[in-house]
Amino acid sequence: MTAPADLKYSKSHEWVRVDGDVVTIGLADYAQNELGDITYLELPDVGDSIVGGEPLGVVESVKAASDIYAPVGGEVVERNEDAINAPEVVNQSPYGDAWLIKVRVGDASELDALMSATTYDQFVESETGH
Amino acid sequence: MTEIKDDVKVTPLYDRHVALGARLIPFAGWMMPVQYKGIIHEHKVVREKSGLFDLGHMGQVEVEGDDALAFLQYVASNDVSKIEPGHALYALLTNENGGVVDDIIIYRLSEGDGYFICVNASNKDKDIAWMQKWAADRTDLDVTVTDISDQTGMIAIQGPDSEKVMTPLVSVPIADLDYFSWMPNSIAGIPVRLARTGYTGEDGFEIYSDIEDNATIWDAIYAAGQDYELEAIGLGARDTLRLEARMPLYGNEMDDVITPLEAGLGWAVKLDKGEFIGRDKLSAQKAAGVPRKTIGFVIEGRSASPRSHFPLSVDGREVGFVTSGAFSPTFDQNIGLGLVDADVAGVGKPIDVIIRDRAVSAKQVKTPFYKRERG
Repeated sequence: MTAPADLKYSKSHEWVRVDGDVVTIGLADYAQNELGDITYLELPDVGDSIVGGEPLGVVESVKAASDIYAPVGGEVVERNEDAINAPEVVNQSPYGDAWLIKVRVGDASELDALMSATTYDQFVESETGH
Repeated sequence: MTEIKDDVKVTPLYDRHVALGARLIPFAGWMMPVQYKGIIHEHKVVREKSGLFDLGHMGQVEVEGDDALAFLQYVASNDVSKIEPGHALYALLTNENGGVVDDIIIYRLSEGDGYFICVNASNKDKDIAWMQKWAADRTDLDVTVTDISDQTGMIAIQGPDSEKVMTPLVSVPIADLDYFSWMPNSIAGIPVRLARTGYTGEDGFEIYSDIEDNATIWDAIYAAGQDYELEAIGLGARDTLRLEARMPLYGNEMDDVITPLEAGLGWAVKLDKGEFIGRDKLSAQKAAGVPRKTIGFVIEGRSASPRSHFPLSVDGREVGFVTSGAFSPTFDQNIGLGLVDADVAGVGKPIDVIIRDRAVSAKQVKTPFYKRERG
């Protein structure tokens, strides 16, 4: 799946949709595919602060548990309870219904370090060799 | 012959796995399919229809000689004298401390022909060295232990439709073949040893053949299975299937320290059958009462998954650890097995699983978690 052009991406395979000073964060298709069947999401509460580059939560699949890293820091203003209740949506619709949290960004310059869709697609290609 | 790529061995079925879109991982020195379409999907295919497994990584050993039985009685925990030709027996190879070298299935060949043993991939070299050491040590016994893994192909078909898929393929009828029995048979004209055994909790067959015929047999079963929506199944689902059926995994439920009595495998340990390696230690442990017991537990509702070696606690006191745990596709909740201090074990009693420093409440339940209805 080609990465949607309107999103930004981290090297740890999270995506970010920028909408003013609030960003939406999710897991890229590559991440859900690598993880396999997703069974559990552990996400921060609304009001929590997250730090760019630090783990913001955990995603579990049948095979393993993996940290989800914060692509940017800020305050959590919303989280996707539907995804928490039915985490398989992350496999089914990683860029759509399966957004994880919305964050009011602390330092907007952190967004500059993220990749465009084109750069990210090349990054994935170089990581996987195909 | 077994092919080697990048220091990892591949089975004759490697190209088929790639063509089916499998994700391959190194496992016990082999490149094996961990999943094709997805673990949960594959798990349900085996519970509801039938699935085909490449088990080319497993090891096979032949034990021959006039004293083959006496030798196996000495190295294995179960009573090997009880099996007739055409039958099979689950047993542990035990060490001098009563721990476990491996868990194995012993198939008895025709009268006077000795035995055929299936061992775990990860333990194969250790098992052979262990048995050969004891065969050499016991100069009073006429016995030969031969590693035939490289010449032997192994696949399994598991699931309720297994017999229907296999019936048109075999030369000898299989309907009356009992669980834990085997027969010489042929599939698409190729001679096989066909056993009604498995590691999923479902009906099904494990099929041993000359390795040169491995791919032909796979193709024949895969093709015949298409009428029944048979699919190839990876090691990921194999693990969740065996866990639901409470079938132990070496290295998890038992190892060189955890005894079979602690692992809840006392039914495969016959202390009164005569001398065997570790018997005195196991007898003493049984007489004193096992210090630790293996329990089954479920975490109700949606939760993080318990995984091997996560601590288990009661009232804030650490009482043991998870031996195997996973999201159960059949029950849609997390299940696990754990080894705990004997005094806290008991169906219905609470136990906490410590997941990322947080106590998650679980309840001890009867095992197996899953038991098929026998038709």
